[in-house]
Amino acid sequence: MVYLTRKAEFAASHYYHNPDLTREENQRIFGKCNNPNGHGHNYTLEVTVKGEVDPRSGFVVDLKQLRDVLHREVLDAMDHRFLNKEVPEFSSRIPTTENLAIAIWQRLISKLNQAQLHRVRVYETPDLFVDFYGEA
Amino acid sequence: MKAHLTRRYMFSASHRLHSDAMSEAENAKTYGKCNNPYGHGHNYALEITVSGPVDESTGMVCNLVDLDGFVQRDILQRFNLENLNTRAEFVQAVPTTENLCTAIYDILQRGFTQAHLEKVRIEETMMNSFEYAGGKLLSR
Repeated sequence: MVYLTRKAEFAASHYYHNPDLTREENQRIFGKCNNPNGHGHNYTLEVTVKGEVDPRSGFVVDLKQLRDVLHREVLDAMDHRFLNKEVPEFSSRIPTTENLAIAIWQRLISKLNQAQLHRVRVYETPDLFVDFYGEA
Repeated sequence: MKAHLTRRYMFSASHRLHSDAMSEAENAKTYGKCNNPYGHGHNYALEITVSGPVDESTGMVCNLVDLDGFVQRDILQRFNLENLNTRAEFVQAVPTTENLCTAIYDILQRGFTQAHLEKVRIEETMMNSFEYAGGKLLSR
């Protein structure tokens, strides 16, 4: 089994707000991230797939195909977007880095036919990242 | 849905690697330059990984304000800009980065209850790093 990681970057804005909570609760839990005008990050995405090395090609996965799926499913939808308003998953879920990693996993899982998705890692800043392994 | 969250912190400290159980010659042979009696320092990078279900209401594994507050109070204040050899954790143990990893893991394991502690990773320099997961195998 060999693991291969592809990296991509995107920039997006978001804010944290739960409509089921009061204004004060939202403020207390989310602090500055609760500002409704949003704020932005340069996200770094690392997608790791695993599989056996194809003896004919020497590849775990066709990198071009992986790149195309990443672009179509993630970057086209999220790069230079306001996550709360423009990405459907976040009309009902708060776009925390945790939920972003889960949403990206769910977008990719059905589209990768050659290799098995192992991990989605999303860096919100260089000192904060979330890993999602598809665990329930 | 279970996610893993990693937060990175920086701190600077000095130490001297020296074991009372060894002779001077053995210490010099084992620890080389790190055995210099006056000590030396590093800029350490500490990565703490916690895990847990993503809370439906907040979208979070744990509130970063809680994690940052705990780390600031119970770890950084204890070690940042200190001589590690003078700290209680290293009265018995040599302040190698291995032992620093286990000491910080134990502090988190005892005191931080808002999420499950997965592992502690410390970069002593850009060229070396150490990880401790409480004796569990590091599968990831």
